[in-house]
Amino acid sequence: MSAPSQLPRSVPIELHRQYRFQWEPAQESFVLLYPEGMVKLPGSAGEIMKRVDGTRSVDQIVSELETAFPGVDLRADVVQFLEVAYGKGWIRAKQAG
Amino acid sequence: MEKAGSAQNRLGSPLWLNAEITYKCPLHCVFCYNPTDYTQYGPELATEDWLRVFRQARELGAVQLGISGGEPLTRDDVEVMVAESSKLGYYVNLITSGIGLTEKRIAAFREGGLGQIQLSFQDSTRELNDFLSSTKTFELKSKVAKLIKQYEYPMVLNVVLHRLNIDHIQQILEMAQAMGAEHVELANTQYYAWAMVNRDHLLPSEEQLRRAEEVTNQFRTRVGNTMKIYFVVPDYYANRPKKCMNGWGTTFLNVAADGLALPCHEARMLPGLTFPNVRDHDIRWIWNESPGFNAYRGDGWMKEPCRTCPDKEKDFGGCRCQAFMLTGDATNADPICDLSPHHRLVTDVVATAQNPSTPRTVHPIVFRDDKNSRRLSQKQVETTEAE
Repeated sequence: MSAPSQLPRSVPIELHRQYRFQWEPAQESFVLLYPEGMVKLPGSAGEIMKRVDGTRSVDQIVSELETAFPGVDLRADVVQFLEVAYGKGWIRAKQAG
Repeated sequence: MEKAGSAQNRLGSPLWLNAEITYKCPLHCVFCYNPTDYTQYGPELATEDWLRVFRQARELGAVQLGISGGEPLTRDDVEVMVAESSKLGYYVNLITSGIGLTEKRIAAFREGGLGQIQLSFQDSTRELNDFLSSTKTFELKSKVAKLIKQYEYPMVLNVVLHRLNIDHIQQILEMAQAMGAEHVELANTQYYAWAMVNRDHLLPSEEQLRRAEEVTNQFRTRVGNTMKIYFVVPDYYANRPKKCMNGWGTTFLNVAADGLALPCHEARMLPGLTFPNVRDHDIRWIWNESPGFNAYRGDGWMKEPCRTCPDKEKDFGGCRCQAFMLTGDATNADPICDLSPHHRLVTDVVATAQNPSTPRTVHPIVFRDDKNSRRLSQKQVETTEAE
């Protein structure tokens, strides 16, 4: 696992295969599941993660969210969140195959 | 009874469903946490019973599913369970000794959406491993470890530590590294069930623990982030109890092979409580309404020193089963706590364990097998009748 230290901006990103992302009615929140654990991702965190699906790049996610929530400068917040997610190993550049 | 009211306020969902799908196991580990009288319990739940349990617990909000045992892979329907539970939205964890994990099966698990595999290891040296598990399994487990990597699962290794293997910690860690382990849990034996029977043999000395932690810390520094190592000290060396199961009936739901629903792996032993069977009741009733699950929710059941203790929300008085096993009363404070009037029951045992010679044995070490289980069940009956 020699991941590059920088979150790639222009290639599709995906969830690392150890993780599972879903809406959890009992928590009334999006959650990220991993071995023996769960993180709640309420509000904007869930909206961002929902778009990490192996087809969109960071740049695409930003512009999509800016279209969905017009008039707000979201770039810095979105990128910051995705960098944290990348640092935690939740997401990675889409793998071949 | 303030039970129902106060419990209801804090009642959340069971987040963890642990399915002990069988008590069958090809190993004979001396620290096994299955009940010593496991041979006395009724037939295993059928596949459709398990799928119903998974569905009902999921509806209540359970997100993590542990498929364990015994050795779960002794059943041939684990593939169905994995696929169905994963479809329901669970994160599925398989807890296995690795025996029975063929390439065909792991491929089916991957396909079905299995999240992770936890592989247990008794020791790094084959001789001791075979002695402790009483079978020749070491080579097989090494093969399984390779399969796990090949199918791109994180390599999660559980090693149960105790007096007889803790001095091998360096070799254990090197073996883990050689296998490409990413997470290693070095969990000291806790004294329940078979481990309780064998406590005199298994409790390490303070010096052994100190050395093991030192070796572990050095190893951690050396390997850095490539391997996460957790070292779990035995309760007996703590002076405050653990928050057992994150609080009784708050998070964890265990369903045993025969369908008994329990708030922890061990609660079956507690006297005076009736636990519901999933054959007779649905999970919602079991979790919310059953007297067994409500018995030690909240703090209404507590006695002194817990009742007025500022830490009572922090640890809920520790483990009910440990309190019962050591003091005979499950509503006492867990005697691990140095505020417990029964704390001596723990410190006396710990003092005996400091003797560097082989422990003064009351009996030879007892392997977990059907014969010993029947013998121990018989003994329990005799004790109960004598009372």
